[in-house]
Amino acid sequence: MLNQFFTDPISLSVAQALVAVFMAIGMMLIASWAGIHLEKEILIALVRGLVQVVAVGAILLYVFQGPTLIGFAILAGMMLLAAKTAEKRARGLPDAFRVGLYGIGVGAGSIIALMTWAGVIDTKLTVLIPIGSMIIANSMNATSLALDRFQGEVRTHVGHIETALALGAPPKTAIRPYAQAAVRASLIPRIDSLRSLGIVWIPGVMAGMLLGGSHPVHAALYQFVVMAMILAVSGLTSLITTLIIARRIFTPAEQLAIGPGE
Amino acid sequence: MTHLNDAPSPRLEARNLTRKVDGKPIVDRVSIKVFPAEVLAVVGPSGAGKSSLLRLINRLDEPTDGVVFLDGRDYRELPPRELRRKVGMIMQMPYLFPGAVAENIRFGPRQRGEDLSDDEIERLLARVNLPGFSHRDVSRLSGGEAQRVAIARALANNPEALLLDEPTSALDEEAKAAVEALLAEIIREEGLTCVWVTHDLAQAARMGDRVALMEAGRLLRVGAPEEVLNA
Repeated sequence: MLNQFFTDPISLSVAQALVAVFMAIGMMLIASWAGIHLEKEILIALVRGLVQVVAVGAILLYVFQGPTLIGFAILAGMMLLAAKTAEKRARGLPDAFRVGLYGIGVGAGSIIALMTWAGVIDTKLTVLIPIGSMIIANSMNATSLALDRFQGEVRTHVGHIETALALGAPPKTAIRPYAQAAVRASLIPRIDSLRSLGIVWIPGVMAGMLLGGSHPVHAALYQFVVMAMILAVSGLTSLITTLIIARRIFTPAEQLAIGPGE
Repeated sequence: MTHLNDAPSPRLEARNLTRKVDGKPIVDRVSIKVFPAEVLAVVGPSGAGKSSLLRLINRLDEPTDGVVFLDGRDYRELPPRELRRKVGMIMQMPYLFPGAVAENIRFGPRQRGEDLSDDEIERLLARVNLPGFSHRDVSRLSGGEAQRVAIARALANNPEALLLDEPTSALDEEAKAAVEALLAEIIREEGLTCVWVTHDLAQAARMGDRVALMEAGRLLRVGAPEEVLNA
């Protein structure tokens, strides 16, 4: 209906956004009639979300005209922010920011480089930036999950770890079962989402390609490729992160440096 | 009674051993000698630093100051794994690793590439009165049985000294008496040098050749059980 009134794409988009806003406000009115008053939060969230996403769109409009190199620079910046975010999950672990940065940098970096080299990811910035950021975001999630789980495992098994040390085991052996549990825990959601792919949900990339008019089978295959990359990057990242952190929680004299609850 | 100063050189010696956490001493300038085949019982109120002292002796924690000598040798000269092989530890909880009893007993020697034979495992299990328990899953052991497996696991390393951190206090009365009697027998027969931490003064009197009393990280008194405990 809207496209009968708005012929140029920009005004059409703005009109579509307005309709969506009215729909959300309608929901808000129904909710407030039911006694659920979230007017302020909803209005702020709508304005904020709209401004943020349009700002990103505007920046991308500018960035997409730049050289490929700028894409890699942006991805590197994203990795820094991702490590900063993952660090919050790892309060109490030594040097968590750097550990997260190594994990995300090497994990996401090598997958992006490999896939770009193989031609799976196009070096066109319109592909490199969104797909790259997706890989980095998943790498960050894997790091957070692995560090969080690792920390939990270690703190609940301090007695077992120190018993192993007291029996003359090297730190590597003492920590192994808990490091393995952390990596496994960070991979399970990825395996589950790959397993339910297409049945329970049609994820973003495929949805976007379908909206953009791509061939459905082509879109489906590319979605599969993205999911497989996400699985690979998650596994690689959490392995690297866990391997590094598992060394850092021991002192040179092979003492466990963190206690049951700090 | 022979005077202890005439005894041979100490197996374990702590000299000025101190550990501070956030600037606060939890073990404060402790100097003590433990002679071969001697049991030193360490008593004191909770928070006195008894367990912290034990953890310094096998270097599970790093002293802020002071040093431990094992057979006259500065323990920092030994790789930590070698030190811990020689100075075994029994904790309050058994902390068995998931799986079979035999795997737990194999754990220590395996770290040095030694694989215990089934006969050796059976001999160690018989030593702790658990014959035939080799294939039992550790999740199916009682508290007393689990602690005895932990003892067999520590003995599998052939330690020269044993650190015991309240080894019977998590057990029920019956198991407590049985495990204490078992430890007494093993210590005597193997001639093990022991530091036995307990909050139970009667146990300290029964087990200790000498008793050390700690309070607020300091060593207050060391001597014959009746001297220290009746003072």
